[in-house]
Amino acid sequence: MAQEVRTVEQQTPATTESGQRPAPRPVFLPPADIYETRDSIVVLAEMPGVAPDGVDITLERRVLTIRGQSATREPAGYQRVYNEYADGDYERAFTLSENIDRDRIEATLKDGVLHLVLPKAETAKARKIELKPS
Amino acid sequence: MALSDFPRLGFDPFVELRRMQSEMNRLFSSGFSATARDFPPINIWLGDNSVVVTSELPGVTSDDVTINLQEDVLTLEGARRPKQEQDANWQRRERAYGSFSRAVQLPFRVDPDKVQARFNNGVLEIELERLEADRPKKIQIRAA
Repeated sequence: MAQEVRTVEQQTPATTESGQRPAPRPVFLPPADIYETRDSIVVLAEMPGVAPDGVDITLERRVLTIRGQSATREPAGYQRVYNEYADGDYERAFTLSENIDRDRIEATLKDGVLHLVLPKAETAKARKIELKPS
Repeated sequence: MALSDFPRLGFDPFVELRRMQSEMNRLFSSGFSATARDFPPINIWLGDNSVVVTSELPGVTSDDVTINLQEDVLTLEGARRPKQEQDANWQRRERAYGSFSRAVQLPFRVDPDKVQARFNNGVLEIELERLEADRPKKIQIRAA
């Protein structure tokens, strides 16, 4: 199970602890698909506009936080005339109910979708329990 | 909303209530508009003699999308296919799958031979140039 941690609200201006960015940008909750297989938990999060070096994933205890910093792509010399989406950063946190093998976490970013494979730790895997003969 | 008399006392217990109410309104209004949103969302940028259409298409590859241009109407069509996963126990499905189609009318007629489209981290960018014959011309006034 993965429970969502509500730390950010949609479309609220970003407040970064580092203060690297000069202008505040909107922070979006990336839509996510999460599924569990026998061996791992897989998270797919949509972060269009984020380059692979702009992704930051942390797992602290059981809280998985994903952040994506969008590479600004405003075409130079152009003026925005019609607007349906805003450029911004992404942030979302989940609490995992399973113990994760931290050394084998795999993360890839392809076509703006983050693909995260979190292998379950050996202790968390389902195990058959044999009855001891009495 | 009627204001309470409490500010005179130095505090207002209704401030929190009002804040909550506006917060609720905001949440509901944004929630409903999000479901009615067209996919994919499009932004249009205008240059001197060109126009750029950008669209957020995460998880869509260039093979999955077709771009059509007829006169000044640009059409984006395609599909996003879900990954087939064996014995997966789904916990959250927020991403949308299926086919999509969107048509945009451009502010002017464009040259179909000078269209450039590229994908950048899930964002499609289409650059179109205005047709030479369609560009505004300066007209000289002849001396009488």
